[in-house]
Amino acid sequence: MRYKTMIGLEIHVELMTKTKIFCGCPNDFGGDVNTHCCPVCLGLPGALPVLNKSAVEYAIKAGLAFNSQIATRTRMDRKNYFYPDLVKGYQISQDEIPLCSGGYVEIEKEDGPKKIRLMRIHIEEDTGKSIHTEEADTLLDYNRGGVPLIEIVTYPDMNTPEEARLFLEKLRATLKYIEVSDCKMEEGSLRCDININVIDTQTNTRTNITELKNLNSFKAAVKAMEYEEKRHIALLEAGKNTEGETRRWDEVKNETIVMREKGGVADYRYAPDFDIAPIVIEEEWIDEIRNSLPELPHDKKERFIREYGLPEYDAGVLTQSKELADFYEETNKYAKDPKQVSNWIMGDVLRRLKDEELEIEDLKFGPKDLAHLLELINSGKISNNIGKKVLREMFETGGKPEKIVKERGLIQISDEGELESIVKKVLSENQQSIIDYKNGKDRALGYLIGQVMKATKGKANPQLVNKMVREMIEE
Amino acid sequence: MVSKEDVKYIAELCKLKFSEEELEEFTAEFCRIIGFVELLKEVDTEGVEATYHVSPKIQPLREDKVEPSLSREKVLQNAPEEQYGYFKLPRIMD
Repeated sequence: MRYKTMIGLEIHVELMTKTKIFCGCPNDFGGDVNTHCCPVCLGLPGALPVLNKSAVEYAIKAGLAFNSQIATRTRMDRKNYFYPDLVKGYQISQDEIPLCSGGYVEIEKEDGPKKIRLMRIHIEEDTGKSIHTEEADTLLDYNRGGVPLIEIVTYPDMNTPEEARLFLEKLRATLKYIEVSDCKMEEGSLRCDININVIDTQTNTRTNITELKNLNSFKAAVKAMEYEEKRHIALLEAGKNTEGETRRWDEVKNETIVMREKGGVADYRYAPDFDIAPIVIEEEWIDEIRNSLPELPHDKKERFIREYGLPEYDAGVLTQSKELADFYEETNKYAKDPKQVSNWIMGDVLRRLKDEELEIEDLKFGPKDLAHLLELINSGKISNNIGKKVLREMFETGGKPEKIVKERGLIQISDEGELESIVKKVLSENQQSIIDYKNGKDRALGYLIGQVMKATKGKANPQLVNKMVREMIEE
Repeated sequence: MVSKEDVKYIAELCKLKFSEEELEEFTAEFCRIIGFVELLKEVDTEGVEATYHVSPKIQPLREDKVEPSLSREKVLQNAPEEQYGYFKLPRIMD
């Protein structure tokens, strides 16, 4: 490969503490405009920020989950810039001594695992939210101002947009597992900036880094990276270079658009924040947090392979999110065959969710219902195909499988007496097929069975029909 | 030392504008301050751990407990203008 792409990410994640990072105002999304504010988060003169213990704890949790070093002494710094969503004229952040340094996230590629190294994870406060109106005004809501954030910075270790996507998926899954953030991109609780450039490995020339912002889904992020990768390579091939600039993804035009030219690196004049004294983290506290960590995706995957005898692929898919893994395990409590449960969840359930862009949490039925559906199939009450039909209805109405089967009269006909007249009728109407079958055309048998199934609206037990048709023809 | 251009740059970062006269004045003052700090370089700091914070205290951490916020009326008390409960400003784009 002549061209090598380098991708580094900066991810901001809102922590789901009860209160903001430096004051007791509630930290929740969607409150009435400007009602979660106090002198501290409004930056009023004389107000004193006091660091939230849970915010520090959650950030340490994330650091431990990503194998980072946790600082035992750290501090907060002021990052100075002017923008109206920032009330004090500076953001309280961390510069020289981040709470967590180093670490990595391991992604599972088709050709094996790869470690994406982290540079750091630091804590900081979120800014308010601005809305630009059509009347050329800017409206500000400071409810979000002071919400605790962690900023996760990676090394440029990702070489394809796909690797970046796998990284983001893994990062999100882990953060949700350890319950430090809900990571909802649409609500802005996970935001991702991308740094991307390309190296021509033959001439060793490299393009200037483009920064991509305002990506509101992983899908948009991947598209933007693919677009940029092509743009950078085309410029290299033409003997040109990119401008070091910030671009955003335009969903409608399907291209990236310049937001601002880089023109000199931003100068934030970081300085220690003297409103906040040095932060000391006791080793014991770190150990305590480490011990409280739940099972992480990788460990869960290994356990699924061990405990349920699942293939590695199944275990990987089912542990992608904690909710999905929980759904699987819960279903298994009521079902007998772990691999069958896996097949149904990975197949029909996930396919449908993907089509409708829903998450497992959005399902109208529960794990117990799915287990009952499988039980109906396994006991021969309904056929596999009817089972799929019932599942479709469960998706739509959330109805109980037993009830759907009963109300729709879907119970499998496994009674020979009941089927006999139908089979006889089909055979008498399809004499040619019988001749064909006798002349060695096996397909004719399939056709005849199909006709019986059709006549019973799919309710006949297929194995039984197969047997009866054969026997009657032989007679 | 500090040049007039440096002062101009710092003023820009702070969104401040100074007359030529003021720039001259600040340049001289900045030079004096920096000159004073330069003196510290004469101290031998071999083997001394860097001071990362001058406060001798340790930051107490706050329990994650919700406290009452201000009423919106109070929040907007100092707003130059308001609309629909928001602070209203002339349009600002990055």
